[in-house]
Amino acid sequence: MAKYDYVPSPFMANSIVKWVDHRLPIFSMIDTQLIKYPAPRNLNYFWNFGSLAGVMLVIMILSGIFLAMNYNPSTAGAFDSVERIMRDVNYGWLIRYIHMNGASMFFIVVYIHMFRGLYYGSYKYPREILWWLGLLIFLAMMATAFMGYVLPWGQMSFWGATVITNLFSAFPIVGESIVLWLWGGFSVDNPTLNRFFALHYLLPFVIAGLVLLHLWALHVHGSNNPLGIDAKGPQDKIPFHPYYTAKDAFGLAVFLIFYGYFVFFSPYTLGHPDNWIPANPLVTPPHIVPEWYFLPFYAILRAVPDKLGGVLLMFGSIAILFLLPWLDTSRVRSARFRPVYKVFFWLFVVCCLALGWAGAMPAEGVPLFVGQVATIWYFAHFLVILPLLGWFERPLPLPASIAEPILGGGRAGVMAAGKPMEKA
Amino acid sequence: MRTAKLLIASVLALGLGMGAASAAVGPKAPVQEWPHTGFFGTFDRAALQRGYQVYKEVCAACHAMKQIRFRNLEGIGLSAAEVAALAKEYETTDGPNDEGEMFKRPARAADRFPSPFPNELAARAANGGAYPLDLSLIAKNRAGGENYVYALLTGYRDNPPPGFVLGDGMYYNDWFAGHQIAMGPPLMADRVTYADGTPATVERMAKDVSTFLAWAASPHLEARNSLGVKVMLFLFILTGLLYATKRKVWRNIKH
Repeated sequence: MAKYDYVPSPFMANSIVKWVDHRLPIFSMIDTQLIKYPAPRNLNYFWNFGSLAGVMLVIMILSGIFLAMNYNPSTAGAFDSVERIMRDVNYGWLIRYIHMNGASMFFIVVYIHMFRGLYYGSYKYPREILWWLGLLIFLAMMATAFMGYVLPWGQMSFWGATVITNLFSAFPIVGESIVLWLWGGFSVDNPTLNRFFALHYLLPFVIAGLVLLHLWALHVHGSNNPLGIDAKGPQDKIPFHPYYTAKDAFGLAVFLIFYGYFVFFSPYTLGHPDNWIPANPLVTPPHIVPEWYFLPFYAILRAVPDKLGGVLLMFGSIAILFLLPWLDTSRVRSARFRPVYKVFFWLFVVCCLALGWAGAMPAEGVPLFVGQVATIWYFAHFLVILPLLGWFERPLPLPASIAEPILGGGRAGVMAAGKPMEKA
Repeated sequence: MRTAKLLIASVLALGLGMGAASAAVGPKAPVQEWPHTGFFGTFDRAALQRGYQVYKEVCAACHAMKQIRFRNLEGIGLSAAEVAALAKEYETTDGPNDEGEMFKRPARAADRFPSPFPNELAARAANGGAYPLDLSLIAKNRAGGENYVYALLTGYRDNPPPGFVLGDGMYYNDWFAGHQIAMGPPLMADRVTYADGTPATVERMAKDVSTFLAWAASPHLEARNSLGVKVMLFLFILTGLLYATKRKVWRNIKH
């Protein structure tokens, strides 16, 4: 990383700040890592989604704590206690809708963040561990979201929990024992709900810890950027504050409008109506579907007729992401300079959307076929296309530095293959 | 361009969620006009009170609404005194008292609507094996919500289509999943006599009771809309200011 001349902020001269900082360098950390932190000058709005995800985590933890104060984690009381929150707790409906729709918002933001990483090659050297930590956050989010969906103890809560926990029974020999262990009994019941509540409260703090590690790893080499090239000097970077604080704040406000629309005017759209029916172990809903953010994985699960095969494929679809930094053999990061990868990237996006659609439909006929084709494509993208592309693709010439295409210089025409920069 | 593509992608992803939500039940009920939909929607108080009358005099014979308490009826425009008087018409079981006995007393505003049957088995026994659902959340737990409720209540047909085999004691309904419903047509003209003189047609009663059930499922809807409009106005202004700030901060930076 380029040397960056650090000039402390004025508040660092304050005597109290100095006294504290000498003993606990917390102000230095704020100053060097948040305020003067050098960021590439060319980040576009897709780099907003990391901080948006952080904001979502805080919103979820805060709203969740207030919900937990009024929630009763028992099969007899859970559904009614949630209704009590909705009807009798002051602004309970608001807190609940913030939390309920917040889960969807969190996943929207994180999915865009991940696809941003895929497009601009943010997982490549030297950011492999940064990418892994992101994937661990994603896994913890999935577990948290799944267990959170069980808590209202509606029909989809109960049947979703039954279907998903039953997946583990596919494993030979130990499968049944794992399922009994997860349930704490012989079916999804009160002990299951109790432990899911405990874990649902715990995991967000695990996520917060992983986020700190994610940021730590990020700040070692700094953000990737739309050109995917390393910063060469101080002219390539600008301090995080005020430039990216101002840009992120604007992005956050736009995002809150989107979020607020769902919370206030369409709070049920992203959920399933069946979850407003109290859980009934004797009545199976006609179609058991997970929340929308799990649909692509649900489609992969159901793509093969064999239960164990489906389970392995589903877990494999995430496990394979851990290998991505090595499966992608190209040393060029940004898709801007990879004309062929760019096409395959968008095909991969379509593939994921197709999986999502197939996951929402009954597993038969056309949706099943689409799901199967998309599942093959999903794995082929990582196992065949990406390794081969690195060898066969001829990348476009890279600009000499981040600043060059912006500030001019002899070879400005080369930059980004003549594409205009994102307007910020 | 790239922004547009991702925007389309996220909209598609949201669409998928809605697809999942509507995949549960059969035919999609036609959307009615309701004064309580839209950004500025408020419930029609007169319709709510008529709808409560329909529930009380017709539906309540079989259907419980255990999430609703009498005091909630202030939300449909009744006064506290009216609610207290109304609750007193009902008896509820309380206790145990100092002797350890359960006892009956007149209901109070804080009590839940009394259920017509002590439990599900009793309800089934009295209804030929079918279970009359709790209606507290029916406008939320059926795809289509109050539109579905209205369609169902007005969707009975005396004669099923040729070839359709109707089970014993079942009725044909255009909108019920599978078209066989154990509940007979609950509404017929002038089944109730509205206090405000509104002619009690089947459509009027269905619309009124659907409004009432929509309110029962989302009693906070008006508060939600009015707060939502304010929050949105605030966010629009804030977004504008933050955009201007961002432009100003970045004015000397080429990027």
